[in-house]
Amino acid sequence: MKFKSILTGVLLAFGLGTAAIAADVKVGFVYVGPIGDGGWTYEHDKGRLAVEKHFGDRVETIYQENVPEGADAERVMTTMAMQGADLIFTTSFGYMDPTINVAKKFPNVKFEHATGYKRSDNVSTYSARFYEGRAIQGHIAGKMTKTNKVGYIASFPIPEVIRGINSAYIHAKKVNPNIEFNIIWVYTWFDPAKEADAAKALIDQGADVVLQHTDSTAPQAAAKEAGNVITFGQASDMGEYAPMPRVSSIIDDWAPYYVARTQAVLDGSWESVDTWDGIGPGMVGIGEISDAVPADVKAEALAMRDAIANGTYHPFTGPIKKQDGSDWLGAGETSDDGTLLGMNFYVEGITAEVPQ
Amino acid sequence: MIKLEKRRTISKLWTGLTPLIAVFLTMLFGGLMFGLLLGDLSSAFGAIKLIFWDPLFDENFASYARPQLLVKAGPIILIAIGLSIGFKAGIWNIGAEGQYILGAIFGASVALSLFPHESIFIFPAMVLAGAFGGFIWALIPAVLKVYFKTNEILVSLMLVYVAENILASVSQGLLRNPDGMGFPGSRNLKDYPSAHNSEIITNSGMHWGVLTAFLSVILAYFLFLKHQKGYEIRITGEAPKAAYFAGINPSKTIIFCMGMSGLLAGMAGLFEVAGPAGQITISFNSGYGFTAIIVAFLGRLNPLGILMAGLLMALTYIGGEIAQLMLGLPGASIQLLQGMLLFFLLATDIFTNYSFKTRGS
Amino acid sequence: MVMFGIDLVLLIPALMISATPVLLAAIGEAVVEKSGVLNLGVEGMMITGAVIGFIIAVNTQIPIYGFICAAFAGALLSIIFAILTQYMMSNQVATGLGLTMVGLGLSALIGKPYEGIKSPTLTKLEIPILSDIPILGPMIFSHDAIVYFSIFVIASVAFIIKKTRIGLILRAVGENQDAAHALGYKVIRIRFIAIMFGGATAGIGGAYISLARVPQWTEGMTAGAGWIALALVVFASWKPWRVLVGAYLFGGITVLQLNLQAIGVAIPVEILSMSPYLVTIVVLVGISLFGHQTAPGSLARPFHASQ
Repeated sequence: MKFKSILTGVLLAFGLGTAAIAADVKVGFVYVGPIGDGGWTYEHDKGRLAVEKHFGDRVETIYQENVPEGADAERVMTTMAMQGADLIFTTSFGYMDPTINVAKKFPNVKFEHATGYKRSDNVSTYSARFYEGRAIQGHIAGKMTKTNKVGYIASFPIPEVIRGINSAYIHAKKVNPNIEFNIIWVYTWFDPAKEADAAKALIDQGADVVLQHTDSTAPQAAAKEAGNVITFGQASDMGEYAPMPRVSSIIDDWAPYYVARTQAVLDGSWESVDTWDGIGPGMVGIGEISDAVPADVKAEALAMRDAIANGTYHPFTGPIKKQDGSDWLGAGETSDDGTLLGMNFYVEGITAEVPQ
Repeated sequence: MIKLEKRRTISKLWTGLTPLIAVFLTMLFGGLMFGLLLGDLSSAFGAIKLIFWDPLFDENFASYARPQLLVKAGPIILIAIGLSIGFKAGIWNIGAEGQYILGAIFGASVALSLFPHESIFIFPAMVLAGAFGGFIWALIPAVLKVYFKTNEILVSLMLVYVAENILASVSQGLLRNPDGMGFPGSRNLKDYPSAHNSEIITNSGMHWGVLTAFLSVILAYFLFLKHQKGYEIRITGEAPKAAYFAGINPSKTIIFCMGMSGLLAGMAGLFEVAGPAGQITISFNSGYGFTAIIVAFLGRLNPLGILMAGLLMALTYIGGEIAQLMLGLPGASIQLLQGMLLFFLLATDIFTNYSFKTRGS
Repeated sequence: MVMFGIDLVLLIPALMISATPVLLAAIGEAVVEKSGVLNLGVEGMMITGAVIGFIIAVNTQIPIYGFICAAFAGALLSIIFAILTQYMMSNQVATGLGLTMVGLGLSALIGKPYEGIKSPTLTKLEIPILSDIPILGPMIFSHDAIVYFSIFVIASVAFIIKKTRIGLILRAVGENQDAAHALGYKVIRIRFIAIMFGGATAGIGGAYISLARVPQWTEGMTAGAGWIALALVVFASWKPWRVLVGAYLFGGITVLQLNLQAIGVAIPVEILSMSPYLVTIVVLVGISLFGHQTAPGSLARPFHASQ
């Protein structure tokens, strides 16, 4: 900030002062974790930096990290709005009600809530079809596992996580009928020590693939120490653990969406929408598949990626039954978004039970 | 050579002076820290002003920030008053966070089970339920201490973790919002008028919890100053053997102190969940139970002191948030600032209790 | 060696690794409390050790240096506590809490540039002959140096407290500070040293989390380990070997519940998750019923020589 003021001072002095010293649009970001988490919040912040880079002086961004959900979140959002933010991204499901509440008080400010389901005139929602990436992970896992055991570090029993488990399982089972999923619920999005312990427990129980829906690189480190265990980067590439144990990753790429929405505010064309994008529009990135993956598996995975991207393949295509044996999708039938959004059941074959 | 000599009576002058000195020193060293973080000292001064001055007096923020001070300070003060009752007697309730959670769960359960009926009796019932929830949670370490001599620090602390797990469980099961698309979290009580802990005066930040906090300060003041019970508590803490000989029943004191602090913490949890927070979620609790311990000490276990300390602490939170937002200061620096404040107060407290005498005088 | 579907050869080492940080912090705090001081700032000292250890290890690429510096860092931080409580007579509970806050805040600030970086890790030591014993070998004799060090510390503290003169003085100071003073023992100096020892071990324990268990640095990564350590000291009735038992029990249940989940045991996750804490309470009540806690008599009372 200090550098900026020197620069504008100098420009003014040379009579080159730009009219728009103040930016046209101020964009705020509310983060649930630290930007250094190397996962969820880190990627959102990369999106913010992309916005800054794309728009230069026209856009100013502000952010706050480690904002607890609840009353504190409401206060932070309100303060941002009071400071003149025109667009605010709230990047955690738990910010849902606070976002709606603050949006009511500031009808001229636009809000974008990640992974939520409540909208209003000035609140949009957005999320990514992570399950598309999970399908590819499941396929690679099913093909590469030697013990037929896949460990899954799950955070909270919410539809998004269950969706991911189901998608990975379906595709692992397709190529490996003997596959078994062991799931540990850690009840946190980010706790390196707990994640490391969970990964070790899964590996000790025989898993040689570890999937995670938590944000740190701890499981990768645990897998590396164990050796011969493959993992996938979560939310960000985690490429420092490539080629083993990290053989691929799901990358949250929020930049295109953030830039587009900021542009909409600049143009005045912003409207409340619900966006659920996947690999096709670029919101879900599949990280470089490493050489540890056999060439044929890699080719299949890439083909699946492309098919999902251009819409010719849907990860939830029947015949699929629910865990209790009842029918869900008939042959060739694909799931509608509504069912996916509220998914609280496992598919047939998973032996554990969804908590509660 | 300088020697420290314990004063016979606590110096009144220094009791009033030390908080001011401590705040000043915090501003000074905190400012230096901000200067290092931001790269220059002039913005450091700006940071200090943002934290301590602007939320109260700045024309842009203060009208919003001042009520927020009450919102933030309310639960902390309420819990701290309860804790001080125990601390004065040497009974260390470290588990207020757990009692806060249980109070919220009990209170919210009452509301959610009666939804969507409207009645003016619902909110008072919730308050009672919240108080009860916190009370019984605190009773566990109390009873274990009375009958088995188990250390209450350990038990109350372990019960915090247990409470957090119970919270996670009910958020996803028992209390989960049936209209919530399968996501964890209860119905939002803000949408349920009979249950909502609304502001008594709009936009003042003063909801029923804040009012209760103020009332508790007054009641605690009279408890300690005038009431027999308060006297018994102080003696138990300051001179346990004398208390024993005076016939004060230690078991009753333990149950009373732990019970009261649990009750108040439970109420604080209820007011928070029915008010500013709105719903039972997995991450509902935000450490107020622990902050209250610090505030209790900052306030020297004195009700009025706790009131001031709670407001001061809230100021550092609110102001700190603004400073983070406007200057890009890391959140950790605010935590450090709060720790500094506590340290300086503890350090300057030496003047209140002891006087310096040179040898040979 | 499999019991109920869980391989003990894998469980026991995992439990030992999980328990080592709290073990170290707890034994240090036990010494501190034995001398009559209650230092609630264990969390702050641990996390400071974690960040300093991490930074030094990353910069020198030698993990052991990280641990040594972590010990110093923890001890240095504890000096603030020592000065405040021993020389300036401040309330120990409050000062300890302040220490935790300062430690958490300071470590987060210092550690910011190091988030997301990988550190060099400790290698597992192979002890000739012993490591090759079937079952027991991989279970107990193939750990890294710090695990063995932690057991060594427990043994040393147990020996020193029980059998040496220094241990006796320490206990005397803790039981009855005025009598000890009357006998000519330097109460404050002894407590000072004890506090520094507690700081050092907490620092090493914290560094173990950031360098061995995870290994990574993130702010607040100790996640309450310091509080668990404090609880363990009481749980162990201030006896060194019981600290080891308590730490391994707690770490064991934590690791066990994860393994049970991994197997798919049909106990609700929340109950499994609560189990370490509930078990601790139950065992504590049991101890209180069948023995009595012997807290040092002068615990948390400030000492002021008044003559």
